[in-house]
Amino acid sequence: MTALTRTAGALHRRPRLRLALLLTAPLLWLALLYLGSLAVLFVSAFWTTNSFTSEVVKVWSTDNFHALFTTPVYRQVILRSIGVALAVTALCVVIAFPLAFYTARVAKPKWRPLLVVAILTPLWASYLVKVYAWRLILSEGGLADWMLKPFGLSGPGFGLPAAVLTLTYLWLPYMILPIHTALEQLPANLLDASADLGARSGRTFRSVVLPMVLPSVAAGSIFTFSLSLGDYITVQIVGGKTQLIGNLVYSNIELNLPMAAALGTVPVVVIVVYLLAMRRTGALSSL
Amino acid sequence: MRITRTFQVAAAAALLLAATACGSSGSGGSSATGLNPPDLKAQSKLGTSEGQVNLIAWAGYVEDGSNDPKVDWVTPFEKQTGCKVNSKVAASSDEMVKLMKTGQYDAVSASGDASLRLIASGDAAPVNTKLVPNYADIFSGLKNGSWNSVKGQMYGIPHGRGANLLMYNTAKVSPAPTSWSAVFDDASKYKGHVTAYDSPIYIADAALYLKATKPELKIKDPYALDQKQFDAAVALLKKQNADIGEYWSDYLKEISAFKSGDSVVGTTWQVIANLTADEGVKVKAFVPKEGSTGWSDTWMLYSKAKHPNCAYQWMNWIVSPTVNAQVAEYFGEAPANSKACDHTSDKTFCETYHAADESYWKNIAFWNTPIEQCLDGRTDVKCVPYAKWVQAWTEIKG
Repeated sequence: MTALTRTAGALHRRPRLRLALLLTAPLLWLALLYLGSLAVLFVSAFWTTNSFTSEVVKVWSTDNFHALFTTPVYRQVILRSIGVALAVTALCVVIAFPLAFYTARVAKPKWRPLLVVAILTPLWASYLVKVYAWRLILSEGGLADWMLKPFGLSGPGFGLPAAVLTLTYLWLPYMILPIHTALEQLPANLLDASADLGARSGRTFRSVVLPMVLPSVAAGSIFTFSLSLGDYITVQIVGGKTQLIGNLVYSNIELNLPMAAALGTVPVVVIVVYLLAMRRTGALSSL
Repeated sequence: MRITRTFQVAAAAALLLAATACGSSGSGGSSATGLNPPDLKAQSKLGTSEGQVNLIAWAGYVEDGSNDPKVDWVTPFEKQTGCKVNSKVAASSDEMVKLMKTGQYDAVSASGDASLRLIASGDAAPVNTKLVPNYADIFSGLKNGSWNSVKGQMYGIPHGRGANLLMYNTAKVSPAPTSWSAVFDDASKYKGHVTAYDSPIYIADAALYLKATKPELKIKDPYALDQKQFDAAVALLKKQNADIGEYWSDYLKEISAFKSGDSVVGTTWQVIANLTADEGVKVKAFVPKEGSTGWSDTWMLYSKAKHPNCAYQWMNWIVSPTVNAQVAEYFGEAPANSKACDHTSDKTFCETYHAADESYWKNIAFWNTPIEQCLDGRTDVKCVPYAKWVQAWTEIKG
């Protein structure tokens, strides 16, 4: 018997050892690199810095969290960031629903895969290229201005609305796909039954389609919400002078790492709360 | 290729600034900062080369042709001296200081705030300028500055400098501005189209303006502000915020904003003004009557360097006329060596960047890191330290 077959035999007889060997690496990854770094982030939020050298001083203090809750500008930026994330999510739902309905149920079946590919194509382009494209669109005398001019209007310019618009564009595919999948799997006979029972299309949508698709909407919203909450580059490029949480973290990272860490825990907490809320809708099982 | 180059320079410069650099007011060589560096001795003569040297630098300062085959001043140095160059690009002054403390590096291209900290902590060694022959040709305005020397002892070799200018679109801004009031008191005229540099150090620009317009505040040095002066500068910037279209922190953003007309007036650097003009935008950039802020970098030597002889040769090399001309043109700054101007590929380069115009630099308050001990020598008040500047900058932007 060669060593190889002996080892194979030993592994075969000990399923627990097999499992342990298989899972050690990924679990280490999860525990050390992922959860570990989150723990370090949280712990370092309680440290302070030397104001002259900016070196981290490992003295326990809750000053950073105190500042976080009492400084008006932080509160304002945190609320603004959550507002942006919610607005982007809402816009994505409003745009994605009809689109997904078309690609999943209205378009001819042979075109559907192509339409899905078309929805995915923007994801192939670099994030920065897309955001800079929006910078050009929204700039003075750009495409947005030019298109709205006949109506006597002008584009939103750079600022908060521009940031919301660009983020909506960026994360839209993440919302369309789960809704598309849910609508595609919707049994046709349910719709027929609804119609047979006398429901008009509005009623069918409210009572049959919506309850079945809602978990997928919630699933998509997890992507759009968390991606928007963490973004700080889009807002730098098209957001004018707007600051979001990410920008505050970035501006503190070199000179006041503990403060940056304290600010960094905010989105983590917000997203955990959001996930817990979404779990009630069954979104996590339809991811 | 041009794009990548611009990108690099942009990144380099953005990082340079993000880090808040440089020196203190102009030519003043006073050490009123209360700096008492450890007593270190400068090397008295050069020994044999160690075969390599480890450098920390801003992007664009140590180019070996790997970014652009035509941009290479490291390979000739290695050939000539036998010192292999290992370089590490740092993203900020704080990173530079941290890296220097690891003890693995021999020299660093430090900006003013980093250099003061390195001197104070004893990480930077005094430099024997006699071992750097090219030091003789360095512009006198860069020698014995308060950001690179203590009591007449140089702690490094000056590399280059630049000023923060006021740029405006000549087609859209009239009459032509002469003062920083264009972006402060009169900014509402161009509401939503004013731009400013996105860094806490920009508070010094407001202080510089107040120094000229509000004499009752008695501001002497825009980097030494007591609480009352600081509050006035912050209030001015909060008022300015209403008229700001966007703040800029990298090259490309400002160029594109001026090109599209989203920005028509605001702070800039000479190199951005040149690139914007190249894009066909009618802009003019100048130093307003109040003077301006600016930056200057210095090559500093680690006090326990493992390869000091190669490091000395590098410092001499980087400020030699041809190489200093190359790096200044690549990066977009005024060279430190007075003879570099004969070697630039663009013959008007030094004129554009005012390299030799000492009266021009007299009006420039080089960046410095504000500390509690007032840099202007006042002892009866405490000044606002940089950490508070960072905090205030967040509040200004709201």
